[in-house]
Amino acid sequence: MAKTWRIEFKHKLHNMRRGAGFAALASTLALAACATTGTASASSDGSDDDAPRFAAMTPEDGPFASTYARYPGRPTALVGATIFDGAGGMIESGTVLFRDGEVVAVGGSDLSTEGYDVIDATGKFVTPGIIDIHSHLGDYPTPSVDAHNDGNEATSPTTPEVWAEHSVWPQDPGFSRAMANGGITSLQILPGSANLMGGRTVTLKNVPSRTVQGMKFPGAPYGFKMACGENPKRVYGGRGRAPSTRMGNFAYNRQTWLDAIDYANNENADRDLAKETLVGVLEGDILVHNHCYRADEMALVMDMAKEMGYRVTAFHHAVEAYKIGDLLRENEVCSAIWADWYGFKMEAYDGILENAALLQQAGACVVIHSDSEADIQRLNQEAAKAQAAGQRMGIELSDADVIGWITLNAAKAMGIDEMTGSLEPGKMADVVLWNGDPLSVYSRPERVWIDGALMYNAMDRSRRPVSDFELGQPGEGDVK
Amino acid sequence: MKRLLTLAASAIALTAAPASAQDFVIANATLALGDGSEPIEDGVVIVEDGRVSYAGAIVEGMAFETDQVFDAGDAWVTPGLFATVTTLGLWDVGAVSQSNDQRAGRSPFSAALNAAPIVNPNSQHILVHRAAGITRAATTTMPSGSIFAGQGAMIDLDGDANPIMRERAFQMVSLDERGARLSGGSRAAAHVLFRAALREAQALVGASGTPQTTEIVIDDEVMLGRFDAEALIPVVTGAQPLYVAVERASDIRAVLALKEDFPRLDMVLVGAGEGWLVADDIAAAGVPVIADALDDLPESFEVLAATQSNIGRMMRAGVTVAISANSGTNPRNMPQAAGNLVALGKIPGAAGLSWGQAFAAISSVPAAISGYEGEAGVLAAGAVGDVVMWDGDPLEVGSVPTRVFIGGVEQSLDSHQSRLRERYRDLDESELPKAYDW
Repeated sequence: MAKTWRIEFKHKLHNMRRGAGFAALASTLALAACATTGTASASSDGSDDDAPRFAAMTPEDGPFASTYARYPGRPTALVGATIFDGAGGMIESGTVLFRDGEVVAVGGSDLSTEGYDVIDATGKFVTPGIIDIHSHLGDYPTPSVDAHNDGNEATSPTTPEVWAEHSVWPQDPGFSRAMANGGITSLQILPGSANLMGGRTVTLKNVPSRTVQGMKFPGAPYGFKMACGENPKRVYGGRGRAPSTRMGNFAYNRQTWLDAIDYANNENADRDLAKETLVGVLEGDILVHNHCYRADEMALVMDMAKEMGYRVTAFHHAVEAYKIGDLLRENEVCSAIWADWYGFKMEAYDGILENAALLQQAGACVVIHSDSEADIQRLNQEAAKAQAAGQRMGIELSDADVIGWITLNAAKAMGIDEMTGSLEPGKMADVVLWNGDPLSVYSRPERVWIDGALMYNAMDRSRRPVSDFELGQPGEGDVK
Repeated sequence: MKRLLTLAASAIALTAAPASAQDFVIANATLALGDGSEPIEDGVVIVEDGRVSYAGAIVEGMAFETDQVFDAGDAWVTPGLFATVTTLGLWDVGAVSQSNDQRAGRSPFSAALNAAPIVNPNSQHILVHRAAGITRAATTTMPSGSIFAGQGAMIDLDGDANPIMRERAFQMVSLDERGARLSGGSRAAAHVLFRAALREAQALVGASGTPQTTEIVIDDEVMLGRFDAEALIPVVTGAQPLYVAVERASDIRAVLALKEDFPRLDMVLVGAGEGWLVADDIAAAGVPVIADALDDLPESFEVLAATQSNIGRMMRAGVTVAISANSGTNPRNMPQAAGNLVALGKIPGAAGLSWGQAFAAISSVPAAISGYEGEAGVLAAGAVGDVVMWDGDPLEVGSVPTRVFIGGVEQSLDSHQSRLRERYRDLDESELPKAYDW
């Protein structure tokens, strides 16, 4: 049975590599899974002695599949706004049209709005939905009580077998604040950084839901969380076990990759959840998001990736990325960073405000992230801080490019840029109408649409999500 | 050498005089006084002998002698920001315990701890925050071994040998969830410990010699020792303000009621996440508040009602409120917090602040709560010469100071961070490694 399954697995991964969308493929294969189960049942009748009596779904069947479907929306025309399209474009007095969940057109005042509900957005701004590539909402929800500490499976230095989605509490009130104050429409939830290999990430649509499946971004690839440096060696070294040093971190990682390669080459291996994730990374289907602060350590990780045959998609936290902008550009690795966090730990001592600007100057990819239930409400302001710091040292950074740091660049690094992250015809109508320049502290989201459905309206209390936890509590439904 | 200057209300062309002067004039400023008023166009600030002698609108024909003149060219000019409550100068790297004096959890002392002798004026955080326009701050150790944090100090950030403006300036106590945990696991224990400690202090008033007090101990942890009781004497007599960390509405009421038993307590509430629910009670008690500006999540069961409108609602009820230096990831984000509260004004149902109110909440109000009303955090005759020139609206996230004066002395804006920025301006190592670029 194991042998049959392995062959199937390799074959399907091969197909995926050729470009089929992960979830689209998974849903197709769900039918195959039913057929297979039917065969298994037949075997219990004794008609086929070799077939197994029981069979789990395969990874390609897409267990825990997204059940998200867009909510109803009105055909909408935003007229007269300054538009940042997320892809580096800006239009003054522009028009954005969306209907049936998709962006229809983005252009000037000459676009016909016939058939659309017209919103006068004169003096206001429109951006794509803001995307946070690094969040722990749901895994470390509020209230931040011990019972909610579901973000770090800190029982082994490598836990590729865990999936962040299995910890997400959809009732975390933080999701609604991220939408209302931050215009967040998509976000990646990662396991914490206690472990060298923390587990799979999950990308969510920021829609309130009773289940995490109801939030899962259809078609988004999985990510894989890794962590360098102080955290893993402190957590495990502190228990008198490996790894207790940075060299221990690397040795542990490398051996784990070698074991995964052996597994991938062994067609007779039994299923192993941890190895399946690692093989997904080797196949290029699961994107590596590597928590790593120090420049020298990032350079080593990029060489480890070459040694083992995988790719790092993005370094997260990357406070010293500005020291190796050239290397990051050459290796095509994004840096997901804060604007101004520094000094809270030794490996964050060299954090500077100009990190993003220097990376952009070097031609490397910049993403501004939060890692915080507070800062996720202000990614636009954090991006503006980083922009101003760069401009002060003479680096030209257009507003439109800076909006890209929190929209399209994030989408690219999460593998969802074909679907969202910019305002282009055919893409998801994830849209924020701001009541002023989004790069100003004085501006807030006025309305937020996800797949063309109005999910937040600052001017209408009935479009303000309230989580189960908040019902009947002081401050229920407040402006927050 | 002083020179005579006559100001005219028309645009003034000024040439800079030689540096190293103490007295100076800033003209053509977009001037925020810090007192809650809205900014003034064509503002003038005159600093003499380290203090402000005039700040306000230009007056036709003003004449005076000065050493140095700065033409602000319509740039923003404000008083230095006042940060409270901070741990500035008490640590270098948070997670490097050897460099971090914020908590003394394994010490037998709590209320007796005194921040003044351990403030390091060369700390990078002092340099970084000075470059962000913060010129003065309240700094203290944090509650860790017991509910009492110790005695905080008021400091300036001018980097000279003496950062201390006032030592033993305030005591802090935790009567929130943390206090409950520190005192054995219940708010009830925290309240008994607090009252017991103050009664011990009361008993020591007027006594001399080594204080005679029975220690209060949980396991091996000293909750109150004789030197802690002694340190609480000025608290119980009202000579030293008591900062009370408290969040929940009902806990705030209980704290305000402490005055029934200890009528001379001079209290300041710190946190007050649910303050808006009891704003009238706080206002009636005349107790000022240092509140986090942007908390809007039920981080714990004591802040279920958290909202960014907390400060605005308390102010509307007549409470004196400063924006806490802990409103962001570090105190330099105070202006961002203030700016966000201005932004709230456009959201129906929210309680936003005017620009002047918001700026005062990070300058004159925290200064006044700290005991420097009219002296710091404000540009007015007689105030310290802490003046900041900005490259934009100081509440905007992209703005930073271009010049910072503390006590009339211009400060360096350099730090470890600015040096790293300059070194990595490019990545060229064709001639030599980066280590030689300094």
